[in-house]
Amino acid sequence: MLRYSLKRLLSLLISLAVASLVIFLVIEVAPGDPASYMLGMNAQPDTVAALRAELGLDVSKTDRYLAWVTGMLQGDFGTSYTYRTPVSQMIAVRLWVSLPLALYALTLSTLIAFPAGIYAAARRGQAGDVAVMGATQLGVAIPNFWFAMMLVLIFAINLRWFGAGGFAGWEDGLLTGLHSLTLPAIALALPQAAILARVMRSALLDILGEDFMRTARAKGLTRRQTLWRHGLRNALIPVLTIIGLQFSFLLAGAIIIEQVFYLPGLGRLVFQAISSRDLIVVESVVMLLVFAVITVNFLVDLAYAAVDPRLRSRT
Amino acid sequence: MRRNLILGGILSSLVLLAALISFVWTPYDHAAMNIPDKLQIPNAQHWFGTDHFGRDMFSMIMVGARTSLAVALLAVGIGMGLGVPLGLAAAARKGSWLDELIMRGNDLVFAFPSLIIAILITAVFGAGAGNAIIAIGIFNIPVFARITRGGALSLWEREFIMAARVAGKSSTRISYEHILPNVANLLIVQGTIQFSLGILAEAGLSYVGLGAQPPTPSWGRMLADAQTMVSFAPHLALIPGFAIILTVLGLNLMGDGLRDWLDPRLRVRRA
Repeated sequence: MLRYSLKRLLSLLISLAVASLVIFLVIEVAPGDPASYMLGMNAQPDTVAALRAELGLDVSKTDRYLAWVTGMLQGDFGTSYTYRTPVSQMIAVRLWVSLPLALYALTLSTLIAFPAGIYAAARRGQAGDVAVMGATQLGVAIPNFWFAMMLVLIFAINLRWFGAGGFAGWEDGLLTGLHSLTLPAIALALPQAAILARVMRSALLDILGEDFMRTARAKGLTRRQTLWRHGLRNALIPVLTIIGLQFSFLLAGAIIIEQVFYLPGLGRLVFQAISSRDLIVVESVVMLLVFAVITVNFLVDLAYAAVDPRLRSRT
Repeated sequence: MRRNLILGGILSSLVLLAALISFVWTPYDHAAMNIPDKLQIPNAQHWFGTDHFGRDMFSMIMVGARTSLAVALLAVGIGMGLGVPLGLAAAARKGSWLDELIMRGNDLVFAFPSLIIAILITAVFGAGAGNAIIAIGIFNIPVFARITRGGALSLWEREFIMAARVAGKSSTRISYEHILPNVANLLIVQGTIQFSLGILAEAGLSYVGLGAQPPTPSWGRMLADAQTMVSFAPHLALIPGFAIILTVLGLNLMGDGLRDWLDPRLRVRRA
């Protein structure tokens, strides 16, 4: 286990290093100099040069890359070109929207997917199974931003149960905050729930074919009892893996949903930064999201290996 | 599950047909503005209604199908064109540094949140259909590399491959003459799935303004345009949405159906 963990940790570190390099290079080739962009078209060359020096743009690319990476390692993400505030501060504020949103969506998706998957597996081949599977087919096919628009149309514009967009903040209490994240969370959760329900169903069906399940039936348990007592517990391993992967996806995938609902999260931050050529913000937020995804995948792998020893020998 | 294959096939062909017909005929010019007729709900003259500029939605959906299919198809092409040779090479030299490099590289691409990178690529290199294709295509490469390698690895152990080696064929020749035809089924099924994911990705990118640029119609941008008008003209959002859903649904059903049809073992297991 230790050897496996170390090996995975090494590959995690390599992934992070390569990822940071790729992000830096992609941003570097971006057309447009931030300094001249900030000063406008009529700026004098010496003013631009002075600002370039102030922003640290005048040193070599290698130096800038190293400065960026070492800064991040110390929690210093640099200073935004346009807002003149530390990027880490901006990220921290936005994280209070994006992180709860991702968690909220994950909770909803699990709450929908578990019963749906179990129900379908228990009624394999029957009308209920066909209906649930049909619904999941639809769930994966619906673009979440379109679903979000429909939610706004029905629940915000027609029924007026929710606001059509924006975020109330956490100052007025947890419920107010959650209330304004409800529609975005549902929109995010839907496709994930469809995928998770399918995984749950197929994991359960795989388990149902196992010898120990037959033994449990032979011992006199009903179909339902074997499903709940023995099937579910074993099916959880693949399901938890997918949940782990989905969390990182939700965090990153919220970008478009945040646009639909005008939520001040990380996604909108990236978009605003892209349009104002605030490269340091783009770099840092993208790196942070990649870091989150890679780390969550790493933890899921470790958890998986801890539960299932067969995986340790496989790379 | 022949039902899936047939239903999926019908839905996908309808969209494909609409895209192809749009090259020679649309009910109206998709770009022609006609302000007096704006925001009409679906009726006999305009089957899908008109948008805020009085443009015919049916014609826009037809031309938009072209954009969606072209972007997704080319992205699958990039994924297959680069991913399959990489997967074949990795399998032919299993355990070598090449195999290791290809698979670790793939892990890395997998680890990136694809949507963010697609947004980054289109934002940095400019919004447009071309960059959207590249952005979506890059993430198809590891998918195809992995599935090709997986399929090819088990084939390399088989007797007929041994026979080909004894006959003196090079591993490259064996890969293309014997391995590739035998993993083609897998690739077709995965291709269908990636195709549908590509349609969704393209819609997402155009929705945030990073896909095909005006005047090229795209379903994603039609949705973005509809957003502020959804309260008084819901058909503007409903119709492009349904177009996307039916296309993706059709492709997914076709993928499922093809998998069952091409792999008889699954028919038994799934029943």
